[in-house]
Amino acid sequence: MPQSADKVLDHSKLFFEPEYKEMLANKKAVFECGHTAETVHQIGDWTKSWEYREKNLAREAVTINPAKACQPVGAVFAAQGYEGTLPFVHGSQGCVAYYRSHLSRHFKEPSAAVSSSMTEDAAVFGGLTNMVEGLANAYALYKPKMIAVSTTCMAEVIGDDLNSFIIQSKEKGSVPEDFPVPFAHTPAFVGSHVDGYDNAQKGFLELFWNGAERQADESLNIIPGFDGYAVANNREIKRMLDLMGVGFTFLGDVSEVYDTPSDGTYRMYAGGTKLEDLKAAVNAKATLSMQEYCSPKTLEYVEKTGQETAVFNYPMGVSATDNFLMKVSALTGKAIPDALKLERGRLVDAIADSQAYLHGKTFAIFGDPDFVLGMAKFIMEMGGEPIHCLATNGGKKWAKQMDEVLKASPFGQKAQVWAGKDLWHMRSFLNTEPTDFLIGSSYGKYLERDTGVPLIRLTFPIFDRHHHHRFPTWGYQGGLTVLVKILDAIFLKADQDAGKVGETDMSFDLTR
Amino acid sequence: MAKDHVSGPEDLENLIKEVLEAYPAKAQKKRAKHLSVTTATDEEPDAVTGIASKCDSTKSNIKSVPGVMTIRGCAYAGSKGVVWGPIKDMVHISHGPVGCGQYSWSQRRNLYTGTTGVDSFVTMQFTTDFQEKDIVFGGDKKLEKTIDEINELFPLANGVTIQSECPIGLIGDDIEAVSKKKNKDIGKTIVPVRCEGFRGVSQSLGHHIANDAIRDWVIEAGESEAKKSYEPGPYDVNIIGDYNIGGDAWASRMLLEEMGLNVVGCWSGDATLAEMERAPKARLNLIHCYRSMNYICRYMEEKYSIGWMEYNFFGPTQIAASLRAIAAKFDASIQEKAEAVIAKYQPLVDAVLAKYKPRLEGKSVMLYVGGLRPRHVVTAYDDLGMVIAGTGYEFAHNDDYKRTGHYVKEGTLIYDDVTGYELEKFIEKIRPDLVGSGIKEKYPVQKMGIPFRQMHSWDYSGPYHGYDGFAIFARDMDMAVNNPVWGLFNAPWDTPAVAAE
Repeated sequence: MPQSADKVLDHSKLFFEPEYKEMLANKKAVFECGHTAETVHQIGDWTKSWEYREKNLAREAVTINPAKACQPVGAVFAAQGYEGTLPFVHGSQGCVAYYRSHLSRHFKEPSAAVSSSMTEDAAVFGGLTNMVEGLANAYALYKPKMIAVSTTCMAEVIGDDLNSFIIQSKEKGSVPEDFPVPFAHTPAFVGSHVDGYDNAQKGFLELFWNGAERQADESLNIIPGFDGYAVANNREIKRMLDLMGVGFTFLGDVSEVYDTPSDGTYRMYAGGTKLEDLKAAVNAKATLSMQEYCSPKTLEYVEKTGQETAVFNYPMGVSATDNFLMKVSALTGKAIPDALKLERGRLVDAIADSQAYLHGKTFAIFGDPDFVLGMAKFIMEMGGEPIHCLATNGGKKWAKQMDEVLKASPFGQKAQVWAGKDLWHMRSFLNTEPTDFLIGSSYGKYLERDTGVPLIRLTFPIFDRHHHHRFPTWGYQGGLTVLVKILDAIFLKADQDAGKVGETDMSFDLTR
Repeated sequence: MAKDHVSGPEDLENLIKEVLEAYPAKAQKKRAKHLSVTTATDEEPDAVTGIASKCDSTKSNIKSVPGVMTIRGCAYAGSKGVVWGPIKDMVHISHGPVGCGQYSWSQRRNLYTGTTGVDSFVTMQFTTDFQEKDIVFGGDKKLEKTIDEINELFPLANGVTIQSECPIGLIGDDIEAVSKKKNKDIGKTIVPVRCEGFRGVSQSLGHHIANDAIRDWVIEAGESEAKKSYEPGPYDVNIIGDYNIGGDAWASRMLLEEMGLNVVGCWSGDATLAEMERAPKARLNLIHCYRSMNYICRYMEEKYSIGWMEYNFFGPTQIAASLRAIAAKFDASIQEKAEAVIAKYQPLVDAVLAKYKPRLEGKSVMLYVGGLRPRHVVTAYDDLGMVIAGTGYEFAHNDDYKRTGHYVKEGTLIYDDVTGYELEKFIEKIRPDLVGSGIKEKYPVQKMGIPFRQMHSWDYSGPYHGYDGFAIFARDMDMAVNNPVWGLFNAPWDTPAVAAE
């Protein structure tokens, strides 16, 4: 009998015990009616071939293992960055259960959002009643300071008009007349979560800035974008701006709500941009977006107020941080302090110490458009070579930008850019043109298993490793986190490759 | 931390009143019907648990109130996520926009054997990734092409299911016509499932729709080779409604095979299409998750005269009772073997109880899960000496609540389709020693300083079914309840008397 009270075996060991192996082999042989081992092997090999890659790339209809989510989860995430704000998604309720689960599985934190729970009758008659009741209930139960409305694809397909619905709800007394209810239409069949983030942000600004008389000051606004590392990255940006003595407002900051303490109290709301600060942010000198592809519509709106804008692409590493700080300095006239220069020097020092192990290593990178841009730049800066750069939610503009970035460096010459492709495409790329390492989210673990290319988890979502998001990837400090993660993967691989006693361990080096 | 524990039926009734006060009048009236405390009944106590309480006064399976943070999912989750998703040799297309398939990708821990991407596809996300033009012009052509591409890239896939997302039913696509056409074209089973998320009030209708799709597009679709070639035997059974979460179905199959039964098909954990096709040849259907698969059992009973019975493999008391009840449907040789199985595992049960019961005895538990576990796991806790303070279902029907009366004593708090607000308040006031619920509830509860186990996914552990699973269940409950981290919540300087010691 495999199980015992002394040493309890769970799924990770139990099914490798002989009794279970025999049972499963019998099930397969007698009941499953599967294909022969030979056929499975043969087809398995074929899926790794160039021929298969060509067929795979010729796909026009099916998407397999995409690295993107849908708009409303981006809108929910954006809303959670504001003080006391309850995201309210108008449409089917299952969607909201999914967004909350998805975000909780990454952050290992609560994720609050409500749904207007539309069903068949709402599909026929529209969801006005759901909105009227839903806003009243959400307001009474959860006592938010703001309710941020977005939509599921159901509400979009039937054409519910949020603006009119919210006005009618207020007329019916669901929430007070002056209670802020920003909204954004976030159809899941357009774009991805980064667009939902953008649409939601634009909705907040429209509600708080429309009609405002702008009295320009010297402060900056920061739009962090959809970022799984927001907890630590937002704090890192704030720390650097504080060191520079720059006045700033984050437009949406989840760093508190996705990092609440365990002390006996559950805080549904924590931190976030204060609504009065959001309102006053119209007066800022400029708005900086840390992720260009998370903010095109928002910045277009910002520019109309007379503010300057600047965009970055998930700035990681030395040069990207330099550029960010220099832009801040240029906009505010504040010098970059020696403290930051010291941090810069330390990051450069670390890269220099390790450069022999980084130089010429090849990487496949996947994730959101800004992440892939930022990651590829940092890799090249360290002497690594991006080979496959893939963004399922990247378009033509991104591909062109990516191409330019890669062509500008001797380390980017071998790179191929894959806009709109998915991780099943990536499987073909890694099987036919393998790289030393793969950088992406937890979804990449299937690629690691299938192709043997080690995965370095550096972007959302990270479900199967804990707490990575608590350490920054932006700024010089964040550069160190990223560097160490990559180096750990490199050294682990080196040890594994040289790990067989008496066979391969001549290079099992103690000192490197 | 609030220390005003609530206990006893009167307290609980007052607690319900207090919680309901937060709602606007209309919602309050609606929610009041879903919250209750079990009362005494004249019914005969259950033969295994010795319990009878009245628990079906709660309203269930009706629309969620908007804006209250229901924990429920949708019909798509019930079909793709629960019933169809685990069938390993078919490709399940999330038909519509990208999100539904993405959020549910690899999240239910339906373990399976096979070569993923070659002959098995459970932990993959196939989607038609609808764009605006698909909404405007319809998605049928894209769906046809999708099936062709899948057939070409995954030649060993034995079939395809189409899991409809919300837009499909709204834009008037004819996925049934596409399925018939592609079935003719490629000769494989193609199953259209009308599980759009807006249908029904929860996952539950999705289960029903998925069951009906199996009936119409698999079982009644004709005699497959797999079915024709199978010679039925006198001890053939199907496991119905076991999704092999963390390996549950394997731990269950082990016991059934040990008692001499032949498990022809397992619906649907680690299942192949052939297992579904052959199911009507079995003698008896054994149903674990009654809520999600009773429909197909009733159908097979009506059409093929196959009997069905509910069983419960959580905890040694119910396992032994179930093994005996199942054996009673067969001859003496099976009954003898069932007794031998029970005897074989008794030392393991004794050792598990000796180790864990003293650490868990008297601890209180609140549950909030799907459609079966809020009652089915109760006796497993009972075996460990733990007490159920409250329980509730996301998507149960009245027959589930009726059955719950055989598991929980009078004076137990019952909450149907509980809202985030209600659950938080109930937990805060009752302060149980353990809460078992889902990922969305895990972190709020833990921050309140209360041990928690996810009871949908077994919190990435399992199996919990069978004797092997019970050992894991006991270990996991112990590691949650008796973890040292709960003692670290208060900073020592905030309690000087303790700090000075």
